[in-house]
Amino acid sequence: MDRNQVHRQVALMRQSFFDQGFLDEQFIQLEELQDEANPNFVEEVVTLYYRDSTRLILNIEQALEKSPLDFNKLDCHMHQFKGSSSSIGAKKVKSECTQFREYCKAGNGEGCMRTFQQLKKEYAILKKKLETYFQMARQAGPKEIACRPKPKLDICPDLEKNYVGWIPSRFRYTFSF
Amino acid sequence: MGMATEAQFHVLAVDDSLIDRKLIEKLLKTSSYQVTAVDSVSKALEFLGLLGAEQKDPNPPFVSQNRNQEIEVNMIITDYCMPGLTGYDLLRKIKESTYLKDIPVVIMSSENVPSRINRCLEEGAEEFFLKPVQLSDVNKLRPHLMKGKAKEDEPNNNNKRKGMEECLSPDRTRTRYSDMEVI
Repeated sequence: MDRNQVHRQVALMRQSFFDQGFLDEQFIQLEELQDEANPNFVEEVVTLYYRDSTRLILNIEQALEKSPLDFNKLDCHMHQFKGSSSSIGAKKVKSECTQFREYCKAGNGEGCMRTFQQLKKEYAILKKKLETYFQMARQAGPKEIACRPKPKLDICPDLEKNYVGWIPSRFRYTFSF
Repeated sequence: MGMATEAQFHVLAVDDSLIDRKLIEKLLKTSSYQVTAVDSVSKALEFLGLLGAEQKDPNPPFVSQNRNQEIEVNMIITDYCMPGLTGYDLLRKIKESTYLKDIPVVIMSSENVPSRINRCLEEGAEEFFLKPVQLSDVNKLRPHLMKGKAKEDEPNNNNKRKGMEECLSPDRTRTRYSDMEVI
């Protein structure tokens, strides 16, 4: 496989993460922060996330073994975990976190446990996918994927640049209160 | 735009999350700010010299860490929810301090709670960012820092746009906009 093909594969893999809902826009934010000073920034953050969240997952697991369940504590742990997951753009994981917190508020222990199992699955799936992705990206060698230039209003990205379906970061969702 | 001095602004970032600290540090460095990141309010207060003896330094926002060092902090950006003292507690302590009250404080939170946001703004926070914080949020910091610098250079400058004016202004959304701003 020539280099262009590898790049294309990496780009397609990356796009699939967004299409399939594994990652959200926050991941693109991380990519935008990657530069010559920190050419592996995204991988570093993701690695840090998986390392750091092991502790959080353990805390939740231990808390789920207590009887009766301390929903406040569970919610607090999950709040932290959700925050980290959100910061790397882990969309499905974050969604499970939200669900878990709903069950905490409702005092539903079974719901918590069920959701937590699902959460761990999503967490592991994403980890595997990202590991493969970073490995492939490294094999492909430095190009746009690793070091993204400053984003322009590029709605129709040029496939040659391997920006397959790149979502411009400035298209934000509405916020109001 | 009068960027007369190429002075590097120093931002103190406070967040108990390792990931978020790494993120905010990168965001700020990318925007050419000098960053010190700490993981708790008590460490932030220590850094700012608020713990222990009263600071007699007459030149805010310069704070003496010790006799040999003078540390300038041009802005504080802090997470709201932290174990122990919260970001709100830090905000209050800063605003209550004669020497530090003019340092702009920005609050970050992963939770969108309007009453919380208003409380922070009323207490004197310059901005309230919803997490995850993005580059477009950090871009909003520069005016606050430039103003702080201007105030420093002209001590009699009556540019106090604080408190009430802030929270009553309906235009100031403290979080990310939805409009397609060209950055």
